[in-house]
Amino acid sequence: MIAESGHYALVLALALALIQSIVPLVGARLQDAALMNVARSTALAQLLFVGASFTALVMLHVNSDFSVANVYENSHSMKPLLYKITGVWGNHEGSMLLWVAILALFGGLVAAFGNNLPLSLRAHVLAVQAWVASAFYLFILVTSNPFLRIATPPIEGRDLNPVLQDIGLAVHPPMLYLGYVGFSISFSFAIAALLEGRIDAAWARWVRPWTLVAWIFLTLGIAMGSYWAYYELGWGGWWFWDPVENASLMPWLAGTALLHSALVMEKRNALKVWTILLSILTFSLSLLGTFLVRSGVITSVHAFATDPTRGVFILLILCLFIGGSLLLFAGRATSLKQGGLFAPISREGALVLNNLLLTVACAVVLFGTLYPLAMEMLADFKMSVGAPFYNLTFSPLFALLLLAVPFGPMLAWKRGDLLGVAQRLLAAGVAGLVVVAIVWGWARGGSALAPLAIGLGVFVIAGAVTDIVERTGLVRLPFASVLHRARGLPRSAWGTAFAHAGLGVALIGIVCETTWNSEYIATMKQNDVAHVAGYDLKLDGLFQRQGPNYREMIAEFKVSRDGEPLTVMAPSKRSFTTRGSSTTEAALLTSGASQLYVSLGDATAEGAIAVRIYHKPLVLLIWWGPVLMAFGGVLSLSDRRLRVGAPKPARARQRLQPAE
Amino acid sequence: MTRKQRRMTIIGGSLAVLALAAALVLNALRDSIVFFSTPTMVAEKHVEPGKRFRLGGLVQPGSLQRGDNLAVTFEVADGNAKLPVAYKGILPDLFREGQGVVAEGALDGNGVFKADTVLAKHDETYMPKEVADALKKQGHWKDDYDAKASDTKASGESKPAATTAQGNPQGAMR
Repeated sequence: MIAESGHYALVLALALALIQSIVPLVGARLQDAALMNVARSTALAQLLFVGASFTALVMLHVNSDFSVANVYENSHSMKPLLYKITGVWGNHEGSMLLWVAILALFGGLVAAFGNNLPLSLRAHVLAVQAWVASAFYLFILVTSNPFLRIATPPIEGRDLNPVLQDIGLAVHPPMLYLGYVGFSISFSFAIAALLEGRIDAAWARWVRPWTLVAWIFLTLGIAMGSYWAYYELGWGGWWFWDPVENASLMPWLAGTALLHSALVMEKRNALKVWTILLSILTFSLSLLGTFLVRSGVITSVHAFATDPTRGVFILLILCLFIGGSLLLFAGRATSLKQGGLFAPISREGALVLNNLLLTVACAVVLFGTLYPLAMEMLADFKMSVGAPFYNLTFSPLFALLLLAVPFGPMLAWKRGDLLGVAQRLLAAGVAGLVVVAIVWGWARGGSALAPLAIGLGVFVIAGAVTDIVERTGLVRLPFASVLHRARGLPRSAWGTAFAHAGLGVALIGIVCETTWNSEYIATMKQNDVAHVAGYDLKLDGLFQRQGPNYREMIAEFKVSRDGEPLTVMAPSKRSFTTRGSSTTEAALLTSGASQLYVSLGDATAEGAIAVRIYHKPLVLLIWWGPVLMAFGGVLSLSDRRLRVGAPKPARARQRLQPAE
Repeated sequence: MTRKQRRMTIIGGSLAVLALAAALVLNALRDSIVFFSTPTMVAEKHVEPGKRFRLGGLVQPGSLQRGDNLAVTFEVADGNAKLPVAYKGILPDLFREGQGVVAEGALDGNGVFKADTVLAKHDETYMPKEVADALKKQGHWKDDYDAKASDTKASGESKPAATTAQGNPQGAMR
């Protein structure tokens, strides 16, 4: 019954989405408020029914109802409850259901909290949202129904892919989807603006918070996924330039550009056409990501789908939405009025440069992702484009961007004074150079690139600090007035500083980890000692243990430093009987931002075991950086909320504050 | 500055960045791309020693030899030709004799493929995609692979498990 109800709820959601696709648009043409308001009710009802459908699938998984094919293929009665729940989206059908559930959630949020939107804009936005939803409901119902029954129900399930049986699965995909799908809102707003032929600063003010929410989740989702890969896969890598990773990086790059261009549009009423285009491109890249991951074009753990009809279906959706929206853009964009003049050296100019570098970097990643696919299809030979390619292309572009980051927030709107800003950034620049010199001396030569990159990271952080110091008048003014100004500073100024500093932090982590990572790989017997980066690891012994749905072999290492015993590390290797596959559980020892990383290979006949030990200096900075960025985003968002949808002048108190 | 000059500045800047990106990409394409070959293709084309490529095929049964300190040698075969491979390190969990494998590295002067990365991406029935395609093209696709593959598909088991050694760019789990 539960499966059938879930299926039925999904069909009803499709019907609602179809109504929502058409009726509000008719209402907007006829200027009929009642018809336009239909969108609000249907969006909320859609959320209700998709929510019910998703809950049904969760219940089936929790109850281990193996008469449902999806549960049979991805669950096991002995699996811990957490993984029974997360296993719902650890497979193709379930993850698509999560996708539409989040889409409905965003639609529902616009419907519920969009009361201050002009009625026709809200009708248009929700209608566009419903087009996307209808396409994906159809996709699920036609090609990937999660509620299919098996005629003769088996007694036991086939279990979830062991690599996915981890807390990471509970966090990473929902976060990532909140990001991906969140960009559908800015897409819908862009299409609505094109349909209405009207766009102004207020539009940007409505779009920005939604984009920001999506961006925060995408940032955290990517970082979380990277950390998951790092500790779960057992060789300590955290980014592989895998097409699937690129699929999430591209919307992030475009979304970051969109955040910045929407800022120009909101504050200065310029870059309108470009912002619309970016909104379309960002969501198109999200759709492309869905296609790359879900179609099975690329073979990887992410590619659950091997059924070609699914790939063709998503490709159709992709062409329809990207092609359609770009055609609409081409036809309507010229009718949008341009406004807001600015000199090339200005805050606007800096943000244009930011957009330019981010989109070009995004294009490079797109090229690297699609080029091997294109060559395989056209020229029939296989190749792989990996880290060396991106190191030579993406990194220089991003280095340029980082060099410009501290200048942007300090330039004035309309016409800036580059020399003045350079003078104010002198301290930050000197800090960067001093760090370059220190690191260079400490590393005794070696590659010049690493000290320079670390110096760049320090410059970006110091630049963010300088900006706050300048705004609050720290050093120049008495402390009481500094405090007053700091409190009065718009939250978004703090947000900018945190997000930009996060970039620098991540860069330092990346450079340190890749340059000074030390590794030790060998077979070890009992009482053997490994020396890695000042640590001594003594293999105490091997133990067997029975888990809920696996057996595991644990190796215990006594870790000491300079003869001082520190702790015991216990990496393990789990073998899952149902699938006959195994996973490696690495053991981590954190000290500051650095980590010691131990993972196991195969055991030999003589009772020895292959061991991989890494010392990764400052590796945690790689993920603290994105967390800082997301925190900056949240700060900005809390500022926005005060003004969202209130295109009137800000309250009197704020007039006294320094400009953003 | 007139409006036109401002616009020209911005367009000029954009073109400069695009040109820079294009130059970087073309430069990177020249020497950072790794091609995929099978032992037959290696024998036919005379790949020069030192040139990096990806070698794919089946691990020849009985050829795996473990030496001291994690050194291993094995042969990769595709029905027509065989190529000896030397590797030092931990082999991926799913590395088995008689099964598909992809290794990345270069030939040395003696015609031995020195691999620095070994990827085995399959479960008991699954082939790495490149290997399966190459074998099919050469007509060495044994029917029982297909039979097994369709068998597993029918029962819904079609997910490849990915295990790799050392920084496999495609096995990343996110």
